[in-house]
Amino acid sequence: MTKLTGAQIIWESLLREGVQVVFGYPGGAIISTYDALPDYPIRHILTRHEQGAAHAADGYARASGKVGVAMATSGPGSTNLTTGIATAMIDSSPVVFITGQVSTTAIGTDAFQETDTTGITLPITKHNYLVTDVKDLAHTIHEAFYIAGSGRPGPVLIDVPKDVQNGTTEFNYPVGPVQLPGYHPRNQQLAHDLQTAIELIDGAERPLILAGQGVIKSGAGAELLAFAERTGTPVTVTMLGMGGFPAQHPLFLGMMGMHGEACANQAIQQADLLLAFGMRFDDRVTGDIDTYALGAKKVHIDLDPAELNKVIPVDVAIAGDLKSVLGQIIPRVAPREHKPWLAQIDAIRQDSKERDILTHDLKNVLVGQYVVRKLWEVTGGEAVVVTDVGQHQMWAVQYYKYNKPHSLISSGGMGTMGFGLPAGVGTKVARPEDEVWVIAGDGGFQMTMPELGTVAQERLNLKIAIINNGYLGMVRQWQEMFYDRRYSATPILSPDFTKIAEAYGIKAFVVKNPEDVVPTIEAARQHEGPVLIDFRVEKEENVFPMVPAGAKLDEMLRREKA
Amino acid sequence: MGKSRVLVVLVENKPGVLNRVASLFRRRGYNIESLTVGHTETTELSRMTIVVNVAKTSADQVEQNLYKLVNVLKVDDVTENAAVTRDLALVKVQVAPETRSDIMQIVNIFRAKVVDIAPDSMIVEVTGSEAKVDSMVELLRPIGILELVRTGLVAMERGVGSLGRVNQSGNNGHRSVPV
Ligand SMILES: Cc1ncc(C[n+]2csc(CCOP(=O)(O)OP(=O)(O)O)c2C)c(N)n1
Repeated sequence: MTKLTGAQIIWESLLREGVQVVFGYPGGAIISTYDALPDYPIRHILTRHEQGAAHAADGYARASGKVGVAMATSGPGSTNLTTGIATAMIDSSPVVFITGQVSTTAIGTDAFQETDTTGITLPITKHNYLVTDVKDLAHTIHEAFYIAGSGRPGPVLIDVPKDVQNGTTEFNYPVGPVQLPGYHPRNQQLAHDLQTAIELIDGAERPLILAGQGVIKSGAGAELLAFAERTGTPVTVTMLGMGGFPAQHPLFLGMMGMHGEACANQAIQQADLLLAFGMRFDDRVTGDIDTYALGAKKVHIDLDPAELNKVIPVDVAIAGDLKSVLGQIIPRVAPREHKPWLAQIDAIRQDSKERDILTHDLKNVLVGQYVVRKLWEVTGGEAVVVTDVGQHQMWAVQYYKYNKPHSLISSGGMGTMGFGLPAGVGTKVARPEDEVWVIAGDGGFQMTMPELGTVAQERLNLKIAIINNGYLGMVRQWQEMFYDRRYSATPILSPDFTKIAEAYGIKAFVVKNPEDVVPTIEAARQHEGPVLIDFRVEKEENVFPMVPAGAKLDEMLRREKA
Repeated sequence: MGKSRVLVVLVENKPGVLNRVASLFRRRGYNIESLTVGHTETTELSRMTIVVNVAKTSADQVEQNLYKLVNVLKVDDVTENAAVTRDLALVKVQVAPETRSDIMQIVNIFRAKVVDIAPDSMIVEVTGSEAKVDSMVELLRPIGILELVRTGLVAMERGVGSLGRVNQSGNNGHRSVPV
């Protein structure tokens, strides 16, 4: 049998894992692997920074449901990945990272571009490996893909020293399921827990479903819909749960939490039963936990047992795959309607409509909310929206309607500014047939703006909307509300984004008036290729409702009625 | 304020596993009182005894988070089980002619051993439950402790059951670990 080099084994193994695209950036400690790349039918996308490669692979994973792959060299290459690794970790996104490392003989000597990559990434990966023998390479890659994609998904990093890439061995790719003595991603619910949950559901008068990203990860959308309709239970979602339940369904209340819908937050506080499906009670969705949903019994279903009773003590905790657990529960619960409860919620919803900025007179002012709403209308809700982090992100969640899973890609747990554009790259690569819009703020966009070079080089038909308010808007909002309007370090100068885009050969527009929004979005859609639109919006607009950090969930700051 | 809980953890004997466990405790803010690690009856496995100061609910959290580590095979909270727990201490005490017999008396009462004698000092070895070691140390303290080292707790459940044997199939009592 012919022997292969470690470098060849990496690509052979990736092919066997079904990998078609790798996002990365070469360097001395990974050069041998890059040298072998041209012999393999794998598309490599050169980003402009390793952080971009990490977010792109993450975006690819979120948009496709497959495992994404990013590659970088040792030292600064691997440290540049870390923001992207942490972002993928906290949002349970399956990405395999492959990093070069100095030779095994040099490890520990402070060699050129040596850094302790496995040490640094230990707390921000689901698992990681340092491969010290080329014979271990193939099975390690096989394990890494299995661990990344199974159970509660997450990033796995493989650090490969240069001499391991150059070493040779026979290549036998393991077939069949991976056997790991300490890793058993299966689920096990106890019959009596299911029974108690069913009794609580049947006995509830004011039940509410809190749906998280687990719905999407588990592919439980159909079960969630069936359960909600059968039991007449309204549904509110976390940001990452957006798309797990059709947004235009009458039982849908929108997002919960800090910038959630008032009716959703009020309903949480008034409910007598909370059904938490695949979510983890992040502080951005609970507000003050000591006063959280005190009147409600709580049932929590999550794949990860460590999430159960972590933040909010619950009455029934079920560790299991949501799709299968809901599948068992649905036939056993009684059909219900809950008309008074829904009417109670609807009254709050009506009040919110009157407070909505879009009911105000907006003839001469351009606001981000309006831009997003028009984008939704013009795209018929069919686009995949990839956001950055800040006010525009919240507007993208509040004013676009997500009816399908994987249609909103956003950094939730980490709130990573700079995520939007590179994640948009990954999303467009994963779903070339779909219309993909990046919505970013002028601040976060500048963090990873060089990825416009990647967009141009790969000729990606990506549309970019910058909600340009001249401030680090979300921080400015906090300063306005809680720091006496001292705008310390939040005014931000931007270049002429259209000139930047044009320098890359990317078509660009500026929009300053509401009446230009729709025609410009339409023009962008007409153009076969990347487009950037710089929307110059109101500088001091705020996101409402807002639950101040640490406040009770139903103590929301609201916009005045028009 | 929680109380001390004793966890026995079976892990794969691979480089970096101790680091993973320690990192988890540090990151989640679980306060380790002692941690011992050593070989087991199987070469591929190591065994840790971790004493952690937490409430019962967080002890479950600690357990579930340990299970999320790919190299952790089995976690047993033996705090409330019938288990043999042992701590070992070496205590170097200052010796003067007038204290020598007091020291020997304490050594005898605690069934400790004198393992080194020098003109002005001796090293006493004591094994037993943490409480036993604590009380001996307290009695020696007024006499003059020059140096003290304790191994930290090791624990083993009484009876025929064995932590190592049950886990390989992933069935016998091994909690499901969907990580
Ligand atoms: C990497 C990073 N640094 C800092 C922050 C803190 N932060 C959160 S939102 C925000 C302001 C974002 O401003 P911009 O990108 O202009 O978007 P806007 O809020 O104006 O829509 C900042 C600085 C962050 N989330 N991520």
